[in-house]
Amino acid sequence: MRRQWDVLAVISAGGVLGALARYAVSRTLPASPTGFPWGIFLVNVSGCLLIGVLMALVAHVRPGRRLLRPFLGTGVLGGYTTFSAYTVDIVRLADAGAVAVAAAYLVGTLLVALPAVYGGMVVTRWLVRR
Amino acid sequence: MVTVLLVALGAAVGAPLRYLVDRAVQARHDAVFPWGTLTVNVAGSFVLGLLAGGALAGAVPGSVTVLLGTGFCGALTTYSTFGYETVKLVETGSFGQAFANVAVSVAAGLAAAATGYALIA
Repeated sequence: MRRQWDVLAVISAGGVLGALARYAVSRTLPASPTGFPWGIFLVNVSGCLLIGVLMALVAHVRPGRRLLRPFLGTGVLGGYTTFSAYTVDIVRLADAGAVAVAAAYLVGTLLVALPAVYGGMVVTRWLVRR
Repeated sequence: MVTVLLVALGAAVGAPLRYLVDRAVQARHDAVFPWGTLTVNVAGSFVLGLLAGGALAGAVPGSVTVLLGTGFCGALTTYSTFGYETVKLVETGSFGQAFANVAVSVAAGLAAAATGYALIA
């Protein structure tokens, strides 16, 4: 555990950068009480695409860069994307009577974000192999 | 400016806490199922639900929502790792586990968020 302090430090620093980027996007695209939360939707989809790219790249990076994945993956992208705003916005939309928007947001994020991870991985693997 | 600092402060704690919880939870299971990420996502959904309900009731000031909601809960929970772990399960042929991860994460996350939201609102 003692050797973990540098890992925790880079995750913390990366998390701050990611959270600030998410905050900037959500301020640029503020959600109305009954409107589709486009800001967090874009954050989660782009973060999923980027983790796919990152994981495919990390597999090809020379060993020894042990802080790269904690910083960019666990820190930056983990801090950037959020599951709690996703679930709470669905509850909030349903509570405000916008049940159809809540359902579209629930399913829409899954249907775009999960393939985005896969797409990022596959395209990056293909580019790295060329 | 203060708002930005509050987001940063909350995230500086939330992100490494996610890592520590994930390590602690995964160490108790040799299964491939991503229990660690599920744990932080459900816990963070509950706390953010509490904050959102409290804010609606006027019981939680905006600065607390920014520090603990946008900063801490935002960085404690993750969609990218949830997505990556799900896709990884699909790639290794564990379709049932992948489907279970999505279903349980969404169902438990929503239940936790709704419970927190209803407690104060």
